[in-house]
Amino acid sequence: MLGFVIQRLLQAFVVMAAMSVIVFVGVYAIGNPVEIIIPPEATDEIRAEVIRKLGLDLPLWQQYFIFVTNLVQGDFGRSYIYNVPVLELIAGRLPATLELVLISIISATVFGVTLGIYAGYRPNSIISKAIMAISVLGFSVPSFWVGLILILTFAVNMGVLPAGGRGEVVNFLGVQWSFLTIDGLSHILLPALNLAFFKLAMMIRLARAGTREIMLTDTIKFARAAGISEGRILRRHLMKLISVPIITVFGLELGSTLAFAVVTETIFSWPGIGKLIIDSITVLDRPVMVAYLILTALLFVLINLTVDLVFALIDPRIRAGAA
Amino acid sequence: MSKVLDVQNLQTHFHTRDGVVKAVEGVSFSLEKGEILGLVGESGSGKSVTGFSLLGLVDAPGKIVGGKIELNGEDLVGLSERKLRAKRGKDIAMIFQDPIATLNPLLTIRTQMQLALEAHARMSKKDIEARCIEVLTKVGIPDPAARLDNYPHEFSGGMRQRVAIAITLLHGPGVIVADEPTTALDVSIQAQILSEMKRLAEETGTAMIWISHDLATVSSLASRLLVMYAGRVVEEGPTAEVLRDPRHPYTQGLIDSLPAMAAPGEPLEQISGTTPSLLSLPEGCPFAPRCSYATDTCSSAPTVQEAPGRAWRCHHPLNLKEAV
Repeated sequence: MLGFVIQRLLQAFVVMAAMSVIVFVGVYAIGNPVEIIIPPEATDEIRAEVIRKLGLDLPLWQQYFIFVTNLVQGDFGRSYIYNVPVLELIAGRLPATLELVLISIISATVFGVTLGIYAGYRPNSIISKAIMAISVLGFSVPSFWVGLILILTFAVNMGVLPAGGRGEVVNFLGVQWSFLTIDGLSHILLPALNLAFFKLAMMIRLARAGTREIMLTDTIKFARAAGISEGRILRRHLMKLISVPIITVFGLELGSTLAFAVVTETIFSWPGIGKLIIDSITVLDRPVMVAYLILTALLFVLINLTVDLVFALIDPRIRAGAA
Repeated sequence: MSKVLDVQNLQTHFHTRDGVVKAVEGVSFSLEKGEILGLVGESGSGKSVTGFSLLGLVDAPGKIVGGKIELNGEDLVGLSERKLRAKRGKDIAMIFQDPIATLNPLLTIRTQMQLALEAHARMSKKDIEARCIEVLTKVGIPDPAARLDNYPHEFSGGMRQRVAIAITLLHGPGVIVADEPTTALDVSIQAQILSEMKRLAEETGTAMIWISHDLATVSSLASRLLVMYAGRVVEEGPTAEVLRDPRHPYTQGLIDSLPAMAAPGEPLEQISGTTPSLLSLPEGCPFAPRCSYATDTCSSAPTVQEAPGRAWRCHHPLNLKEAV
């Protein structure tokens, strides 16, 4: 098990090193921030001075070297636009995205898996057909449209929920959170619903497919032949057997939603990290872009690592193969 | 001898979109305490469905539509799911073909045995462990206490099937339905398991229904044979007698196709044609289109004919003169 962890950590390190190069070169290729940062009426001396100060006169490999040297010391640089440390900027926005995404993904998984197991267990019942209709809808309707409809229905027409913003926040562990206040929760509800809809559809599909497949296997027949109750068969046998694909998708979705919740954040003017990156791209704020992309890569690597470890905990065969 | 199981005119049908599939059509047999009954036939003859019917575990859209299954004098047909579940694993248990598929790969043997035990009994952790070790020892697992916390993949194929058998033995059921439990194992392991099962049946008085397509395996184990074809029992009798002078041409065909019956280097005998679709059975005797003895009379369904200890369903029974 320890060897497995070390091996995965080494892999993660290689991935991160490669990502840093790709991100740095990619962002360099997008465009020269000098044209946006320096006003057109500036003199040539001021221009040269700014370029030198930002280190943009150095060759790319030297810029990269300085960047990596700072990075290993935990310094992501300063934003060209806000002139504050990038890490501070991202840390200020991250909790908003984190709470929104965690609430929506976790509830989508809990409800999706429950509904999916039901739909797979009783595939011919009317309720199951209704569940599957919801999941088809979740897959086929675009997310931004659902967001707009939610605002139109609950904020504009019924006027029961706010249309945007984080609402009242509370300071907890030095970070501002919305989900700890009633007002904050009412603000989270709609965007979380919006984000969760597609994931719910996917979790229903996954759990249903897994359940239908597993319920027909000899494992379940053998358990039934031993007189084990249906409830225990579902809880003790089925849940464990369908968990591997569900955890995989949960991990991937968690990562991608944290990084790219931008549509929902824009519609509900949720001051999260997705909004920050879009703004940074338009003004070519290189340090923010680079830091954001590197952190996103790190996030995916960490989530994948966790998922692999959870697999090994669930499935003894993986554990044996990794030892 | 006391009857533990008495099946009369069992009918299990599948109502599909294409019509009614009569997978089991009027099967009758009974089982004495400690007796091993062999149930043979080709794939699709209804032998497995018969086995599942006994436990009330026929997959939808299948349903028992007639007959009775008396287990220790109580009819199981029409019993509520709740009452059936109370019998499954306790009074009647089942072993399956492939032990890799039957055991849950993600749970330890201890957990799986515990689940099976707790289905019918409330026991302390200590009693559970003691009982598990007891049955694992009985089926010949070496060092059972140490292996309780192993997962199925840590056992060999033969050992895995022994574990599955141990699980069915937990409550000491009166009847065990064994659905081709040695088919997935290699031959030397097969022989071991067969002799262990025979010993278990003798020691514990558990009666067994041994379902197989392999006449050779069954005949080494079962005291009586039941030959099924297209959902019906076509021949029944003591194993030795049925093998020596079969009455039904289909049984004769099965015996002739055994590798041991062929001369070395010669091709094996085979029964011409394939099993008919249960949706479009021929009128009369379902075996007639494949039968070399068939005549015009075979277009009417043959009734059951009996002799002491034996029964067959054929208009043209074989070997009758020698037997009389």
